[in-house]
Amino acid sequence: MLSGGGGGSGGGGGGAGGGGGAGGGSGGGRSPKPSFVSYVTPEEINLTEKEISRKEKQPDLLQGEVIFCSASPIRKCTQDDFSQRGIFGSLFCTNFRISFISDETQLEEEEGQVFKNKLYGENDIPLTCVDNIYRGFDEKKKLITSGSVRNKYPSKIIIHCKDLRVFQFSLAFAKEEDAKKIFQGIVHHCLEPKSLKCIFAFSYSEKMTFSSENQTKLKTVMFDSMVDWAQEMKRTKGNCKLVSANADFNISTKLPQFFIVPLAVSEEDFTQFQGKGIPIWCWSHHSGCALFKTASLPLMQEDGCSQSYRTYMERMLNAVAQNHLYSVKTEELPETLPTIQDIQQSYNKFKQFFLVDNTTEFWMSDVKWFSSLENSGWLDIIRQCLTKAVEVVECLENENTNVLIMEEEGSDLCCVISSLVQVMLDPHFRTLEGFQSLVQKEWVAGGHHFLDRCNYLHKDKELQSPVFLLFLECVWQLLQQYAPAFQFSETYLTVLSDSVDVSVFSTFLFNSPHHRATTIQPVSLLAQKGPLNLPTVWDWSVQFNSAAQDFFTNPLYVEKSRQDKVPRKTFRPKHQRHQSLPSTAFKSSPKKSFFKDETDSLKKMLRVKRISRWLNPTDLTQSTTREFYEAWQRKPLDYHGLLLPCVDGPALRVWAQRYLRWLPEVQIFGGGAMTLEKKLVDLLAEVRELRGKLDWHCSVDFSHRGAAALAGSSVRLSSAFPFFVSRTWSFKPAIPSCLQKNLITGTFADKEDEDSECLGVI
Amino acid sequence: MASTPVSTSSPQEESPSKTVTLPEVPLLPGEERVIDKDIIYMCPFSGALKGKVFITNYRLFFKSTDVEPVVVLDVPLGVISRVEKMGGASSRGENSYGLDITCKDMRNLRFALKQEGHSRRDIFEILFRHAFPLSHNLPLFAFLSQEKFADNGWNVYDAKHEFARQGLPNDKWRITHLNQNYELCDTYPTVLVVPKKATDEDLRKVAAFRSRGRIPVLSWIHPENQAVIVRCSQPLVGMSGKRSKDDERYLELIREANGTVRLTIFDARPNVNAVANKATGGGYEGDDAYQNADLVFLDIHNIHVMRESLRKLKDIVYPNVEESHWLSSLESTHWLEHIKLVLAGAIQVADKVWSGSSVVVHCSDGWDRTAQLTSLAMLMLDGYYRTLRGFQTLVEKEWLSFGHKFASRNGHGDKNHTDADRSPIFVQFIDCVWQMTKQFPTAFEFNERLLVAVLDHLYSCRFGTFLYNCDSARNTNDVRTKTVSLWSLINSDKAFYTNPFYTVESSRVLYPVASMRHLELWVTYYIRWNPRIRHQQQSPMEQRYRELLALKAEYLKKLEELQLSDSDAHLSNSSAPSAQQAEQLSNSTSLPTQRVTHMSNSTAPSTQQVTHLQTPF
Repeated sequence: MLSGGGGGSGGGGGGAGGGGGAGGGSGGGRSPKPSFVSYVTPEEINLTEKEISRKEKQPDLLQGEVIFCSASPIRKCTQDDFSQRGIFGSLFCTNFRISFISDETQLEEEEGQVFKNKLYGENDIPLTCVDNIYRGFDEKKKLITSGSVRNKYPSKIIIHCKDLRVFQFSLAFAKEEDAKKIFQGIVHHCLEPKSLKCIFAFSYSEKMTFSSENQTKLKTVMFDSMVDWAQEMKRTKGNCKLVSANADFNISTKLPQFFIVPLAVSEEDFTQFQGKGIPIWCWSHHSGCALFKTASLPLMQEDGCSQSYRTYMERMLNAVAQNHLYSVKTEELPETLPTIQDIQQSYNKFKQFFLVDNTTEFWMSDVKWFSSLENSGWLDIIRQCLTKAVEVVECLENENTNVLIMEEEGSDLCCVISSLVQVMLDPHFRTLEGFQSLVQKEWVAGGHHFLDRCNYLHKDKELQSPVFLLFLECVWQLLQQYAPAFQFSETYLTVLSDSVDVSVFSTFLFNSPHHRATTIQPVSLLAQKGPLNLPTVWDWSVQFNSAAQDFFTNPLYVEKSRQDKVPRKTFRPKHQRHQSLPSTAFKSSPKKSFFKDETDSLKKMLRVKRISRWLNPTDLTQSTTREFYEAWQRKPLDYHGLLLPCVDGPALRVWAQRYLRWLPEVQIFGGGAMTLEKKLVDLLAEVRELRGKLDWHCSVDFSHRGAAALAGSSVRLSSAFPFFVSRTWSFKPAIPSCLQKNLITGTFADKEDEDSECLGVI
Repeated sequence: MASTPVSTSSPQEESPSKTVTLPEVPLLPGEERVIDKDIIYMCPFSGALKGKVFITNYRLFFKSTDVEPVVVLDVPLGVISRVEKMGGASSRGENSYGLDITCKDMRNLRFALKQEGHSRRDIFEILFRHAFPLSHNLPLFAFLSQEKFADNGWNVYDAKHEFARQGLPNDKWRITHLNQNYELCDTYPTVLVVPKKATDEDLRKVAAFRSRGRIPVLSWIHPENQAVIVRCSQPLVGMSGKRSKDDERYLELIREANGTVRLTIFDARPNVNAVANKATGGGYEGDDAYQNADLVFLDIHNIHVMRESLRKLKDIVYPNVEESHWLSSLESTHWLEHIKLVLAGAIQVADKVWSGSSVVVHCSDGWDRTAQLTSLAMLMLDGYYRTLRGFQTLVEKEWLSFGHKFASRNGHGDKNHTDADRSPIFVQFIDCVWQMTKQFPTAFEFNERLLVAVLDHLYSCRFGTFLYNCDSARNTNDVRTKTVSLWSLINSDKAFYTNPFYTVESSRVLYPVASMRHLELWVTYYIRWNPRIRHQQQSPMEQRYRELLALKAEYLKKLEELQLSDSDAHLSNSSAPSAQQAEQLSNSTSLPTQRVTHMSNSTAPSTQQVTHLQTPF
C-alpha cells in the first residue's frame, strides 16, 4: 500500500501515470513506477488532471440528482485480480450516491453487462446503501462515526455497503482541499442524522412523472384500497369483517386505512386502546380457520389498567375463536423468538464474514468458517422463524384452529411469521405478483417500520434491524429447498434485498401507512402541488430493462394448469389431506383438546389465567411439530401444495448468491449454479421457438415473449453471475494462503505413515 | 442397499433383467440363500420393527412384516465392518438381546431376538462367516457371481492406449516394460512411462533410492506445453541425509524434458511429518541435492487422521443429525477441512502444470495422498477424465494400477475391524470429485449416481474392480477372468449415470474454489439413511430439463410431420435433419425417464408429467 503523504512527489507521479494517460495508462500499480521522472510539481499535475476530469467525466445524473462535491484523482483499489492494482478516476458525492468515475475509457463500454441497474452502476453507492465507513491506515482500519470528523481526512477510506460490496478509495493523490471536502461530504451525507425529505426519493419524484399509468399496469395488489382487501378475503373465502373506519386514521395512526377483523369485533372495540389489541386478519385457511395478528397489550402490568386490558383481550380472543369452531391459539412471539436487537446484533456479526478487505483476511477467516457462522447465530435465527411458522401452519392445516400471533407493535416478527405461514400454505404467494402482494399486505400495509429498521436517517441505532431481510432469508431457504414451487428466482430475492437500500422507492421509506399518507399528501398550504408520486419497488422497469428482468423468473417453475388438476383429483380424494396425516399423534395431544371442546371451557379458561402461550410445554410442541413435518414429508411432494422447510443443520444454508457475489476469492470461473440454469433457459428458449413454429404452422398467433436474456448471451459465467461479471477472465486459481497448520495430529503425528515401521528394513 | 423406512429399492442395485426373484429376496445370479429368521430390526427412525431377515452369501436382507409402508434393508455383506452380540441371555429390558452391526457406509444396524434357546447363535455365526469370508477361507462373492453384462468393463482401461491418447511415447518420453514381471516394483503396473534418456539401469538405481521401489514415472503430459505430472514415493534419505546421484540426475531429466526452469516437487505431507519420516529411513528431497527443484509441502494428513475424521463425521450424522451445534460439530470433524487441503493441493499441482512447469508429486509411499493429488489435478486439467469413460480410466490408472491398497484400506472380507491400515482415502477422493461436480455442474458427463454407485461397490465385493492391493495381486488371482468389473454394470446402463447438463469443453482447465464457503457436506451420501433428508431421485433441475428435452423432441416430430405434409408439393430440405435429431433426442431421453418413474412410485407417471408441461408458455 502507498503510504499517506497526501500527494508527495512519488505518489503524484504515479497518479499522473495512471490518470493523465486517460485510457492509455493501466492505472498505477501497487507502487509508483520508479522509472517515471516527474518534470512537473505534483500540484500542477493535480490541477490539470482535475480540469480534465471535471470537463470530461461526470456521472450520468438522474432526475433531481445534484452533485455536492467531487475530487480527483482518486485511486480505487481493486481486488478483482490478485495484483491489487488500482484504477484512477474521480469521486463524486451527490444527493443520491457516492460515485466513482474511472479515467479508463474502455471500462465504460461495459459490454456484456446484461444485468445493469439503471439507477446506479457498479461503482456507485447509493447513500442509503452505505453501511460503515472506515479510515484505512497501514493494514488496519478504524470505524468512522458521525461527529468524529472535523478537519482531518485519512489517506484511504474503506466503505462497506449494505449490499456487501467493499470499496477502498485512496485520497492521497487528490488535492488536500478536495480530499478533505469529499471526505467530509461523504461522511456528512452517509452518517449524520438527516430529515426524511432529504432522502433522494423526494427530489427524484418531483422531477419524474411516475406513472399512475405504470402502477395500474402492475398486477401487484397494493392493499391501499377497500377493493384490494375485499378481494383478498374473497380469494381465501374468509368470513370476516372489512373495516373502513380508519380511512382517515381516526381510530389509530398505527393501523392501515383498511383492515379486516373477526365478525364479532364491534365498532367500540376499535377505539378503546388506539388500535392495540385488535386482531387483524391475515389469511384464511380453506377449512375456515384463519390467521390473525395483533399489537399486544401489556397484560403483565399490575396496575389498574391491567384488569381492563384483560377483559378486553378476553373479548377479542372470543371474537377470534368465534371465527371458526370456537378455537383459538395465541402466541406471544417475543417469548420464543429473538428481539429485533438480537436480530441486528446477529446480522452484524454475520455480515462481517463477507465484508472482506483483502485476500489474507479472507483466507484467515476461512479456517474457522463454520464455527464463526454458528457463533453469529444468524442461521439459528432463521431456523427459529421457520420453525415458528411451521408451528402456526400446523395449527391451521392440521387442527384447523384459529391462530392469533402477538407482539408489542405487531409489525416486526408478526410480519415475518404471518408472511412465512402464507408462503408455505398458499401457492399464490409463491408467484411473483403474489409474493409482491404479500409484502404489500403484511409489511407495507401492515405497518412495518421500514424507515426506522433501515435507519436511513441515522437517528436511532437501537431501532435499526434487518427484519425484512430476515424474512427474505427465510423465503430463500424455502426456495433452495423447493425451487420448482416458486415463480421467482434467487436473483429476484437478492435484487429485492438490495432495493431496500436504494432510497428511491416509496415501499421502504415509511414507518406506516399513516406516515406515508401524511408525508406524501401536502397538508394544505401548498395546495397547488399535487401529492408526491413516488415509484414503488415493484415497478422493476425503474431499475432494470426487460431483458434483465428475465432473471427474476425461475425456469423451474411450472404453473399449475387446469389440465393438470383434473387427473390429480383421482389421485387425491377431497379430504385426503386430513386423512393422510397421522391422526393418532394429534388426537392424543393435550394441545388439541383444549380449546376445541366447548365455548364454556374457553370462557372459563380465559377468566382463570392469561392465555398468551401455547398450552403445553415447548418440547411437546417441538415433537408434534416434528411429527407434523415427518408426516408431511412422507407424502409425495406437491409443489403447488403445502411446503414445509427442513430445518435440520445441513438443510439450512448460507445465501451464497447474496453474500458471496463480490468476493473474488470464491468466484468459480466457468462454474456455479448459473451454468446449469443457462442450459435450462437455453433449452426453454429453443422449445418456445419450436412451439412458435408449430403454432405458426397451425396459424395460431404466437406472441414471442422475449427469450430470457441468458439464452445465447456470450457472457462468461461464474458463480457470481449476473451480479459480478469479471472482465479479467482469470485463469489463476485461488490458492488458500493460510491453511491451518498442525491441524490436529497429536496422537498420530508420531506414526506418520501406515507402514513406516517396515521402512527401516529397506 | 436402502434402509430408509420408506420402502424403496436402491437405484444402483437394480438390473431388472438379471435378477432372479425368489419369493422374498431378489437374488443375483450366483447368489445363494443361507438362512432366514424372524427378527426385530431396531430402526433408529421408526422404532422396533418385526420382520424377517434373510442372509445370502452376498447380502443381508430384511423385510418388515407388520408396518406400512414396508421397511426393507438390503445390505451387501461386504459393507459390514463389525458384527457384535448385544446383551446377554439374562439382560433385562425389551429388545436388549441381539446383534449389533457396524457398517462401512455410515450406518449401524441393530437386530433384537428372543432371549431364549440361544436364538442368535446360528445367525451370528453365519453372518460372521459370510461377512468376513477371507477370515474363514471362503471366497469373496465377486468370485461366485454369475452376473453377465452386455459390456465388459475389463476392457475399459488399457495403459498403452491411454498413453497413446496423451501422445506418448514421444521424443522425450518412452514406454518401458522393465516392470513386466513386477520385479522393479511389485506395486506398480507393468507399463511405465519414463524420460527417454533414462536407461533401464538408471531406473533400477533410482528404484533403490525410492521407498518400495516406486520410482518417479509419468502420469500425465500437457498436450501443448509438454509439462508433466510425475508420481513416486519418498526418497530414502534417512537420518544421515543420504543422497543418490542417480535419483538427482533422473529428476533433472524430467525437468529438462520440456525445458522447465525449476521443477516443483509437491510433498503431500505436512512438513513435520516429512521430517519425522527420516527417522524410519524416508524423508524428502533436500535443497542441496536437488538444486533446480522447489519443494512444496501440501499439509495433507495421513490415513489415520482421515479415518478418525470420518469416524467423527459418522458420530454426528448417524443415526440422528447433531441438532444443537451442527456447524461447529461439523467443523470439529475436520472432514471438510481435509477435503479443502486435498483440493487446494491438487489446484496447485494443476496450476503449475498449466503454466508450463513439470511437477513431481509424492507422499510417503505414493499410493494414498499422491493418488488423490494426481488424479484430481488430471481431472482439472483434462476434460477426457470428466467423461463417463474417462473417469473410469482415471480410477483404473491412478488408483488401481498404481497400487492404492484397496484391500487394506477397506478391509474386504476381513474381520479385523480395528486394522490401522483401514482408511477412507478413496471415499475422500470421490468426495473431492463430488465437490467439483457441484461447483461445475455442466463440466462432468457423469452424475452423482455414478459416484454413489462407485462408493457402494467399493465395499460390496460384488465386482472384482476394487479387490486386492495392486496390479500384481489382481493378476495372480485372475481377477479379470474370474470376476466381473464394476464398469460392466455402469456401462450397461450409461443413461442412468449420465449428467444431462454435460457440455463438452474438454480443453478447459477447471479450478474449483477450495474455500470453506463453497465446500459442503455431501448430504446425499453421508446422510442418505436418514429419512428426514428428502431424497430426490432426480434433482428438480434435471427432471425439468429432461421434460423439456422430451417436449423438444415431440415438437420437432410434429413439426416434421407438418413439413412433410407441406412438402408433398415442394420438397423441403430442412425436414430430414430435424427428424433425425428428434429421433436421437427421444432415444436419449426416454430411457432415464422411464427408469425414474420405475424407481419412485410416488411421482406421477412420466407421461402425465410430460403432458402438463405443455402449458407454461
